[in-house]
Amino acid sequence: MSKTETQDKEVILSVKNLKKHFVVGGGQVVQAVDGVTFDVYRGETLGLVGESGCGKSTIGRTLIRLYGVTDGSVEFKGKNVHELKGQELRAFNRQMQMIFQDPYASLNPRMTVMDIIAEGIDIHGLASGEERRKRVIELLKVVGLNEEHADRFPHEFSGGQRQRIGIARALAVEPEFIIADEPISALDVSIQAQVVNLMKKLQKEQGLTYLFIAHDLSMVKYISDRVGVMYLGNLVELAGSDELYENPLHPYTEALLSAVPIPDPKTAKTRERIILEGDVPSPINPPSGCRFRTRCPKAMEICAKEIPQWKEAQPNHFVACHLYNE
Amino acid sequence: MSKLLEVRDLHVSFKTYNGEVKAVRGVTFDLEKGETLAIVGESGCGKSVTSQTIMRLIPNPPGFIKEGEILFEGDDLAKATEKQMEKIRGKEIAMIFQDPMTSLNPTMTVGAQIIEGLVRHQKMSKAEARNKAIEMLRLVGIPSPESRLAQYPHQFSGGMRQRAMIAIALACQPKILIADEPTTALDVTIQAQIIDLMKELQKKTGTAIILITHDLGVVADIADRVVVMYAGIVIETGKLDEIFYNPRHPYTWGLLGSMPRLDLRSDQKLLPIPGSPPDLISPPKGCPFAARCKYAMKICKEQMPERTDISSTHQVACWLEHPMAPDVKPPVAAVGGTKDE
Repeated sequence: MSKTETQDKEVILSVKNLKKHFVVGGGQVVQAVDGVTFDVYRGETLGLVGESGCGKSTIGRTLIRLYGVTDGSVEFKGKNVHELKGQELRAFNRQMQMIFQDPYASLNPRMTVMDIIAEGIDIHGLASGEERRKRVIELLKVVGLNEEHADRFPHEFSGGQRQRIGIARALAVEPEFIIADEPISALDVSIQAQVVNLMKKLQKEQGLTYLFIAHDLSMVKYISDRVGVMYLGNLVELAGSDELYENPLHPYTEALLSAVPIPDPKTAKTRERIILEGDVPSPINPPSGCRFRTRCPKAMEICAKEIPQWKEAQPNHFVACHLYNE
Repeated sequence: MSKLLEVRDLHVSFKTYNGEVKAVRGVTFDLEKGETLAIVGESGCGKSVTSQTIMRLIPNPPGFIKEGEILFEGDDLAKATEKQMEKIRGKEIAMIFQDPMTSLNPTMTVGAQIIEGLVRHQKMSKAEARNKAIEMLRLVGIPSPESRLAQYPHQFSGGMRQRAMIAIALACQPKILIADEPTTALDVTIQAQIIDLMKELQKKTGTAIILITHDLGVVADIADRVVVMYAGIVIETGKLDEIFYNPRHPYTWGLLGSMPRLDLRSDQKLLPIPGSPPDLISPPKGCPFAARCKYAMKICKEQMPERTDISSTHQVACWLEHPMAPDVKPPVAAVGGTKDE
């Protein structure tokens, strides 16, 4: 099946016009995420890329209820996640899990690996006693660690091993949806490939759905079926990962792709690069109209006046840019 | 071209509570005038220690140079006194760091930090130095340099800070610029700006650059020659094309094979290197990569391989180059293939 045939797939997560603003004092508001709409299909990996401060992590954290919403909605399997209560909320907390960027900060240094991985199992009452131990050991094996590791503490592990522990913890409650927020950024290249290949294997075996948040475009393209590009709190483009690279529509996507270094001297010397001028503006006082217009090489008069609409410019290829108005 | 810097069999260790960490264990390389040499490797491979040792920035204790020479225009920096080093640092060899926020002085204006070096090393008057500082800021692409001069580092964005660092480093026209992960903390679009700036400035000034990085993409873009380090030793060195198109060491294959490429379709296969690097308190007596190497033979675990010449510019330290060793082809993923082996 090709990656573009997503229309007959089941929508597992639906994000509509999501806004998340933070009040930072002095009457100022950071518009970290400002009107983002996308769907995630069951069993796919949706990559979310963008530069620091673009709001990609805020989206991840809002989806899993670490943050409330300012406006808009997040529906997981047809239910608004920010209105869940009681039994349904417990079920949601199991079905959606998160893997964090920093494997040093995200594991409790005073707990054994066994207790870290089993925490979710205990909270949800999934197993106890011998059964609990058996499940943890099974999980350790799934992520490429072994039984002896169960009684050790996090400081005894390398970064890559810790990230495996983080993955085992997420898998312990048998989730359907995993948000991975920069899961490999803190790791060395050779170890990054280990972790990404492990995530791919687990997805195949357990039918997991991933939201993969990262700034490394090459890795996001490698792991994702579809990729969304963010800029200053807005989603500017969303398409199949090969399609996005071969046929970028938004000028920001084009510039971003051309800026990614390619480890091949011949390609590096011959390809054309679009160097963007200046820096990303502040999300406290973003530019009017299209937020990218201040750095856009193709900016027009309308870009300052009107916010570009999010539309399907080509089948399964969404973009928010005035260049693609009818 | 003539040799500007020659590092010969450099050993650097750190005394710790747990024992001596042998961070650099016999590193040898040259730097020629005007070239860009990339030192690549993963965290803990000794690439930053090597570059900081050249500048003699390693605090002693705990760090010390065990043996080896660092010949800069014939003088051995490994034996230089602190007083002699003060004349070299900033004037002859300058350095820029990964994190421009922590390496700029937050209590001094950016202008004062550029002027400081000029007054000290070039014996300029304050007014001359000020004009030169404005010129440097303009050169590195900072808009309205006159007013920026009076600002503090926190008023600059990440990319601007790195530009200011480059301006400080190049103000005294050093012969060598050591750039330790200069773009790692920056976003890709800003990284592209800084790489372009470094290339352009090198063309104008002819400064030789030692680029320390883990990003082979950046290397492919800017380097002339590459040194690949692993666990404190140089395992392969060669011209850019030799390392990318004819890599000989299984670790280099691993590095190239574990990076996804944006310009290839998503059916490419990544080739991770299993395991993790060895502990440098008690490094293995043979090849340090042997424990992770798919092609390791008995000898690899017993004895360090010799450096073998592949060409006059390309050397590798691997037992696979021995005439008696089996013939091993590099995996497709390492040499630009899209499909699995």
